[in-house]
Amino acid sequence: MNGASQKAPGTSPDYGLFQLGALVSLRMLIGWHFLYEGVAKITNPYWTSAGYLRESQGWFSQYFLDLANSPGALTAVDHLNQWGLLLIGVALLVGTFERTAAVAGIVLLALYYLAAPPFPGMEYTIPAEGSYLIVNKLLIELAALLVVLGFPTAHRIGLDRLLVWKKHHAGNAALAPASGEAAS
Amino acid sequence: MSDGNEKIQDAAPGSHPNRRDVLKALASVPVLGVFFAGWYQKKLKEDARRQAIMEELGITEGAPAFIRDAISRPPGDRIRVGIIGYGGEGESLVRSAGFAHPDWIESERKAAEENPRNRALRTFMEQDDLNIELTAVCDVFDVRAERAQAAAVNQVGPTAEKASGRAAVRYFRYTDMLESGDVDAVLIATPDHWHAQMCIDAAAAGKHIYVEKALTREEEETHRLYEAVKASGVVFQLGHQQRQTESHIKAREVVQAGILGPITLVETTTNRNDPWGAWVWDIHEKGSPETIDWEQFQGPAPNRYPFSLERFFRWRCWFDYGTGLSGDLFSHEYDAVNQILDLGIPRTAVASGGIYFFKDGRDVPDVFQAVMEYPDRDLTLVYSATLANGRSRGRVFMGHDATMEVDNGLRISADASSTRYEGKIGEGLIDPSMPMFSFQPGFEGLDAITSATAEYFVSRGLLYTYRGGRLTNTYHLHIAEWLDVIRNGGDTSCNLERGFEEAMTCHMATRSYQLGRQVSWDPVARRIV
Repeated sequence: MNGASQKAPGTSPDYGLFQLGALVSLRMLIGWHFLYEGVAKITNPYWTSAGYLRESQGWFSQYFLDLANSPGALTAVDHLNQWGLLLIGVALLVGTFERTAAVAGIVLLALYYLAAPPFPGMEYTIPAEGSYLIVNKLLIELAALLVVLGFPTAHRIGLDRLLVWKKHHAGNAALAPASGEAAS
Repeated sequence: MSDGNEKIQDAAPGSHPNRRDVLKALASVPVLGVFFAGWYQKKLKEDARRQAIMEELGITEGAPAFIRDAISRPPGDRIRVGIIGYGGEGESLVRSAGFAHPDWIESERKAAEENPRNRALRTFMEQDDLNIELTAVCDVFDVRAERAQAAAVNQVGPTAEKASGRAAVRYFRYTDMLESGDVDAVLIATPDHWHAQMCIDAAAAGKHIYVEKALTREEEETHRLYEAVKASGVVFQLGHQQRQTESHIKAREVVQAGILGPITLVETTTNRNDPWGAWVWDIHEKGSPETIDWEQFQGPAPNRYPFSLERFFRWRCWFDYGTGLSGDLFSHEYDAVNQILDLGIPRTAVASGGIYFFKDGRDVPDVFQAVMEYPDRDLTLVYSATLANGRSRGRVFMGHDATMEVDNGLRISADASSTRYEGKIGEGLIDPSMPMFSFQPGFEGLDAITSATAEYFVSRGLLYTYRGGRLTNTYHLHIAEWLDVIRNGGDTSCNLERGFEEAMTCHMATRSYQLGRQVSWDPVARRIV
């Protein structure tokens, strides 16, 4: 295994080759998944989140049911879902706005999870494709995004590398720092 | 995380990123390309499959087209309606016409607060204003007559702006209502044994008729009703509200497009499993010989009995007032099939069954099967029912090429041995184990259903359907259609001919059960033999 040396606080971790490969794979696979979920919903004229929302149980079910029962809110929720998934997916896949995308993805997954948590005693009419007790694939993907958030890679393999280079170069040239996700 | 202090190990200090930087920056872009290439391939394949199926079927996935007549607004076009029989069904009809009892509004408001999925009140408030006035009520039970009057003046509802607030007059005899000059049209929702005489009298008085199913209690009175209504020219609608269900109208398109191939067997069913669904209805605490006109209730019933709360409130349990499963639920199933296939009256019928679960003194069967033969159509219609099991068995049309299941939506699956789809099954375009076409109007998994029997009603298209994507009460649409025909001419969807077919088909099943032998329809004499 390639060892990684943690650099001083305030700087990015310096990954070994294997670690970098594993982290980039994780980021891109999640990106791919989000992207296809978004594209599939956008290209299906019959898709709506209503069915999922109507199934809602648990602490926040009232809130989700209200969304499902308000045509205006439902349209907004549907669009946010479709385009949110697509944008998060593209960002993670190509490696830009990585942190924003990871946070947004975590928020979306948390909402999906909370809308229909697989807690004991809760039965859903929309069947799950597996067997879950409290932990389901949504929660695992959410945790995986926490890893993406904590161990960024876009500045190494991803479009952000160009931004970082530009900033690095601009800093060297004593110009005003470029703004942007990667330079925050 | 990544900040300006970071050392970019691979970055050269020059004014342009070096080749390695660019490569690493764009490393994932080819993956994006792979993604979209894969997605495009998948989409092309799915589109081709879908297009091949749709071309083969020659039918669209959209909702059936409706040309809805505009409701006439001028006050002169307002129709004065009287209700005869304000029990459970009468109250539903009157509410669907725009007049809800204040208690119902209050209880549904609470129900919606407790469960936002319950949309009964919202659906009611969104109903079209039918521009009618409920001017007269008639019921032999004081409590119900007074409830009807309260509904007539209730200002909360889709007709609120139009309601004159004038109290509906209570008539103790429906003949007085017909003669009063207060009504242009009547809704009849009494027990079945009264339908024929009331329709005959209403037709004689020139009042338009909306009568609940089953049309009649027995054959003989059906002939008299048919002749009287036909001669009068009044607008007639039989209360098979599922005629308005989108999926049924779509199913008719499917059959006419020949998608199923020759249909040899149609199987319809009823499964309910609660006392209410077996007509063990509530006995009202105020029901007594003082509040119920028992003699008038008995009216044309073939046998006289001393006052009985059970017989009054649970009349469907006795052949004196109705025909049990045959007239109550087979009638709906038959009419749905008749709507889709234009079957008419069968050549022969054989029925059997028994009182196997609700041994509570009733004389109608709670388990009932009927088999109707249509040799001219090369088709058998089977009805199978139990009131002591809730398994949903659907309504299935079996063709040589495909099977169609119709409820509030519809699903068509190709038959593995189909001649027509043989090629497409071979090419893998059609998978017989999956529906090749489905039509599901509105949202999925909708709305709160309060009881098992209510769920049965919904699944059979008996309560709600969709119009333009909006959840709509089928009773409301069926009454609206009747009013449209009264104002603008045309024909109702469940007219006198369809009603006659429904009555005779149900009576053939009932007669066969009672006689314990097969019965036939004589198409020349128009008699059951």
